[in-house]
Amino acid sequence: MSIFSFFVRRGTAPVARERLQILLAHERVATSGEGGDVVALLREEILAVIAKHFPIERDRVQVKLDRGSTVSTLEIGVEMPVDAKLGPRARVA
Amino acid sequence: MARVVVVTSGKGGVGKTTTTAAIGAALAQTGGAGGKGGERVVVVDFDVGLRNLDLIMGAERRVVFDLINVIQGDAKLHQALIRDKRIENLALLPASQTRDKDALTAEGVAQVIAELREKFDWIICDSPAGIERGAALAMHHADTAIIVTNPEVSSVRDSDRIIGLLDSKTERAAKGERVEKHLLLTRYDPVRAARGDMLKTEDVLEILSIPLLGIIPESQEVLRASNLGAPVTLNAPDSAPARAYADAVRRLRGETLDMVVPTERRGFVDRLFGRRVA
Ligand SMILES: Nc1ncnc2c1ncn2[C@@H]1O[C@H](COP(=O)(O)OP(=O)(O)OP(=O)(O)O)[C@@H](O)[C@H]1O
Ligand SMILES: [Mg+2]
Repeated sequence: MSIFSFFVRRGTAPVARERLQILLAHERVATSGEGGDVVALLREEILAVIAKHFPIERDRVQVKLDRGSTVSTLEIGVEMPVDAKLGPRARVA
Repeated sequence: MARVVVVTSGKGGVGKTTTTAAIGAALAQTGGAGGKGGERVVVVDFDVGLRNLDLIMGAERRVVFDLINVIQGDAKLHQALIRDKRIENLALLPASQTRDKDALTAEGVAQVIAELREKFDWIICDSPAGIERGAALAMHHADTAIIVTNPEVSSVRDSDRIIGLLDSKTERAAKGERVEKHLLLTRYDPVRAARGDMLKTEDVLEILSIPLLGIIPESQEVLRASNLGAPVTLNAPDSAPARAYADAVRRLRGETLDMVVPTERRGFVDRLFGRRVA
C-alpha cells in the first residue's frame, strides 16, 4: 500500500451504512405485518412472482402509486437481467 | 459423499456466522482439481427471525425466498438458493426474517437437507445461539460439528453443553454413531494471551477434550469484511484471520498442519501511523 492510498482510504463504514439503509427500508415493511404500506406489500408480492422464474435483485422491481385528483396510476417497473433465461413455466404463463 | 457441517456454540456472538461465511467461501475456492475449487458448497442460515448470513455474504439484496418458504412449499429449493457472484460453486440458503420460528419443522428440515445432499458436497449450517429448537434443528443432521468458542469462561461452559447435545440429540447419536467434533477458538487476542489474562488454548482443549480445528485471532479485518458484505477469506485473503480460516479448512479436509496463530503482516505505512479505526 502506498502512502497516497493510505490517505485516500475512506474506510468501509460508508458502505455498511448504505447497505443497511437499503435493506432496512424493505425489511421494516415486511416485518411490520398487516396494515403496512400497501405499495410496499404489493412490491414484495410482485417480487415473489418474478423470482419464481428467474433470479432478480430486489431493487430491480419498482412500484409507484400516483394519486391524482381524478385518476390514480400504479406504475410497475421491472428491470430484467440481460441473461435472464425464462424457464418453461414462464413461457406457459 | 456430501458432508453436513454445523457451526454451533450455545453462546451468542462468538463468531458462528463469521465462521460459516469464511469457511464456506474457503471450501468453495480451494480443493477440487488442481486446487481451483470445484466442490459445491452451500451455506444455510438457521437463524429464523434474526438472519444475518445474507448480510455477511453480501447477498441481502437478492433474497426473495428462504428456507421456510421451501419447507412450506411456497418455493422450490432452486428458487431460494442464491448463487454467489464471486465464487461460482458457492450458494446461500437464507433464513426467514419474518416468519415464526415454529415454521421450522423437523420433517421440513430433514427434507431440505436430503435435497441439499444431492446438489452439494458441503452443507454448512449456521446455527442460532442457544440450545432451543433452532439450534437443535441446525445440528440434527450434522456429520461434523464446528464448535465455535471464545477463550472465556461462559463461552467454554456453553460449548460443553452443546457437545453434550451433539452426543445425545442428533440423528447420528440416535443411530449409535458419533458426530465428528472440532473446536474452533475465535476472537483470540495474542496481547491478552501474552499477559496471561485469557484462558490458554491448552486449558480450553483439556476442559472440552475435542480436537482443535484452528485459532482465529481477533482482527479488525473481520469488521471490514462484514461492512463490505464479503467473507473475510475473500475480502482480505492475506489477513491473519483469513489465513487462520484457510488452515482450518485444510484440517477439516483431513490434513495435518502445525497449529500457529497467524499475525497481521503490517505494511510500512501502517506501522508508521498505526491502524486507522475501520
Ligand atoms: N476474529 C474476529 N475478530 C474480530 N471480530 C470478530 C471476530 N469474529 C467475530 N467477530 C465479531 O463478533 C461479532 C459476532 O460475530 P458473529 O455474528 O459471527 O457471531 P455469531 O456467533 O454468529 O452471533 P449470534 O449468536 O448472534 O448468531 C460480530 O460483530 C463480528 O464482526
Ligand atoms: Mg450468527
